[in-house]
Amino acid sequence: MVYEILQENRLCRYYSLNAQPGSSPKEAVQSARFAYLDDAAVQASLLRFHNGTIAKATFYIPSMHCSSCIWLLENLYKLNPGIADSKVDFLRKELAVTFREKQTSIREIVERLAAIGYEPAINLDTLETREETASHRALYLRIGVAGFSFGNIMLLSFPEYLSIGDDLLASFRSFFGILNILLALPVLLYSASEYLLSAWRGLRHRTVNIDVPLSLGILTLFGRSLYEILSGSGAGYMDSFAGLVFLLLIGKLFQKKTYDTLSFERDYKSFFPIAVTRKDGDSEQSIPLARLQVGDRILVRNQELIPADAVLIDGTGRIDYSFVTGEAEPVDKQVGDLIYAGGRQAGGAIELEVIKAVSQSYLTQLWNHEAFTQNRESRINTFANAVSKYFTFGIIAIALLAALYWLPQDRTLALNAFTAVLIIACPCALALSTPFTLGNILRILGRNQFYLKNTIVIETLAKISEIVFDKTGTLTHGGGGQLDFKGNALTSEEVQLIKSLLRHSRHPLSLRIYRHLPGAAAVDLQDFRETAGMGIEGRSAGRQIRIGSRAFVDPGAGRREPGASEVYVAIDGELRGHFRLRSQYRRGLAKVFAALSRRYRLYLLSGDNAAERENLTAFFDPDALRFEQSPHDKLAFIRSLQADGRKVLMIGDGLNDAGALRQSDVGISIAEDLNNFFPACDAILQAGQLDRLERFLHFARRGMTIIRINFIISLLYNLIGLSFAVQGTLSPLICAVLMPLSSISVILFSTGAAGLMAYRLGLNRTRRQSWEKTVLSVDDASEATVNPAIASGDLLWKGGRL
Amino acid sequence: MSAMFVLIIASLLIALGFLGAFLWAVKSGQYDDKYTPSVRILLDDEPEEKEPAASSKKPQSNYHTS
Repeated sequence: MVYEILQENRLCRYYSLNAQPGSSPKEAVQSARFAYLDDAAVQASLLRFHNGTIAKATFYIPSMHCSSCIWLLENLYKLNPGIADSKVDFLRKELAVTFREKQTSIREIVERLAAIGYEPAINLDTLETREETASHRALYLRIGVAGFSFGNIMLLSFPEYLSIGDDLLASFRSFFGILNILLALPVLLYSASEYLLSAWRGLRHRTVNIDVPLSLGILTLFGRSLYEILSGSGAGYMDSFAGLVFLLLIGKLFQKKTYDTLSFERDYKSFFPIAVTRKDGDSEQSIPLARLQVGDRILVRNQELIPADAVLIDGTGRIDYSFVTGEAEPVDKQVGDLIYAGGRQAGGAIELEVIKAVSQSYLTQLWNHEAFTQNRESRINTFANAVSKYFTFGIIAIALLAALYWLPQDRTLALNAFTAVLIIACPCALALSTPFTLGNILRILGRNQFYLKNTIVIETLAKISEIVFDKTGTLTHGGGGQLDFKGNALTSEEVQLIKSLLRHSRHPLSLRIYRHLPGAAAVDLQDFRETAGMGIEGRSAGRQIRIGSRAFVDPGAGRREPGASEVYVAIDGELRGHFRLRSQYRRGLAKVFAALSRRYRLYLLSGDNAAERENLTAFFDPDALRFEQSPHDKLAFIRSLQADGRKVLMIGDGLNDAGALRQSDVGISIAEDLNNFFPACDAILQAGQLDRLERFLHFARRGMTIIRINFIISLLYNLIGLSFAVQGTLSPLICAVLMPLSSISVILFSTGAAGLMAYRLGLNRTRRQSWEKTVLSVDDASEATVNPAIASGDLLWKGGRL
Repeated sequence: MSAMFVLIIASLLIALGFLGAFLWAVKSGQYDDKYTPSVRILLDDEPEEKEPAASSKKPQSNYHTS
């Protein structure tokens, strides 16, 4: 079908661009599904801009994965003449579409995109627009201006450095001076404005952050240079001034490593749909989620999400709560059962009656908790800010003492000494060492599939004393598991038979057992029949085989087993036993627990019952194991630890951990696959790297050591500079040499030492797993294989061929 | 020696021109996405074919941009 659309429009080149383009779209698109896009309110929130003729909208398209995708999506105008232009941002997986409102509509575009397999993810979160590119652009602009001024001021100051032709220079001195002032003004007013404003804000709140001594240095440097040039008493330090600001901004850029495809701010809105199908009598109507009310009857189809707590009215519920708990096993629900929001229906369509509003549901009301409303950043006190308080007062004291000492003898010398101290002691080395060290660590950890939100997380990681784990999905595998068979032993021939039969089933349990059984599924089957929600049967070479729930396989047994994670097998009408999938702990856990417990107190919070207690007592204190914890309990537990002044690291995966992840000092989400959902957090850890957690934490602590050493180095430079400064003999030349020298040695030490630490901890050898192996395949269009292998900070193009 | 004044002013003006070009580049969004353009440049425009490619779903042409 996709091919037909493409051929019709002569876009066949799509297939020749890449040997393995695209995944085939999962299922035919139901046309009514996008009806909500005709709703004016929804449209208004999706459109970035419109003026009646031209409109712009940006879509997030998760299935974008190769060079062919870019080509096809940028040729959308051939598929829909109403589209004027479409542009892809591959790293963000975004498509910006400009279209003519008279000729087409958002709904038509989305339907077209869905038809060719690029269905945009439109959820509640999309509606809340974010403006982050603006701040990124501003930083580039600031750097551009500062770099321009820095270069030109250096050039104009050159004669001064070499002190060539003094009489020649005299005629140019004032001209160069004026030019320098003109060039330095935009640096002060534009490039450095963020530092000055931040310092001002800090002072108004009666705190001294790192920007206060920086701004003091910047302002004194500029002020004194201005005075010297205008009074003709010297050449000023405009070059040092512009260079300082330029280097500081470069540090800021270096620190601003972001992972475009990863969003650390996702909450339930990020995966809740923006529209649901409401049933009014016999008619179905697609309405925006915001208009869903208690008492409404809604229809939830296969693979759709239950948006609010509801009671099952019709159909068989098979609810996959993996988003919520990390447990991949679907739960069976019957008519009359209560279904919590956040589950995903796997199977036929079901009808539900909503009993709670979306934001008041069991899970979603977690976000009404105050942990989500208060601003976290304000609680964090970084090393640089902590130090700068003492630093600032120390510097001002020295400057005053120097001024007082010289005052009786020479007033200009006193002023010189005073300003020179403030200039030379400007903590640029300290301000640079933090971004360069932490920025480097951030990148190294990113290469090891441990993705941090920002550099502040590293500082907090170094202070952690307690580590809290979630169990399901975090310590255990989400998908895999261990397969047991209980009952009469099966012959290998029978195993082949079972495997052959399971191949025809689409039930998630069947798929998993199929994967675990050895051998090939080579037996031909006749009379194959699947009863939805019950089981599957077939016949081969005279043998009748039935696999499924107890009631299906052994009708005499009657009562259904609760839990239903057992799969029964009967051959020729004789019950042979059942398969059971047990969750399996991730590898290397014993080692990592042993290593971690030497330094940290470990806790475990599980939403499940205490069945696994025995397996875990080896690693945890008995009272550090807590079972049957609700999302609110988890949050409260973290809180109680923090109330004792402890710094808590929480490691979890599902939405039920979202509160605890948010409340903890550092919340780490475990993700099997970065394309899957993970809740809001400070860091994302690839599941296979969990056994290296101790090393990552160790690395973070080492990072802070590097910063402290850097601080001492910069203090040494400061002492040399100060010895000149207090004597009032700081010449622009010494200043121009000393300041960059200290900055550069700090940068070199930061990056070098971080690299060396990474080498000694074995973090330079990257060990990649799981999603690297997934290669795009045309035959298998399952979710996992559409994976674009975006790993580490760098984008690697594994499946596509570039 | 007055030539120096002219030359310095001229050099500054040229430098300002480059600064302006950079500012324009940033503002027009060229620094927003530093990855996709590197791929886009390798994608050719569609040559106007008289006949769309024949019925085979995967033409054999081994066109890889590698």
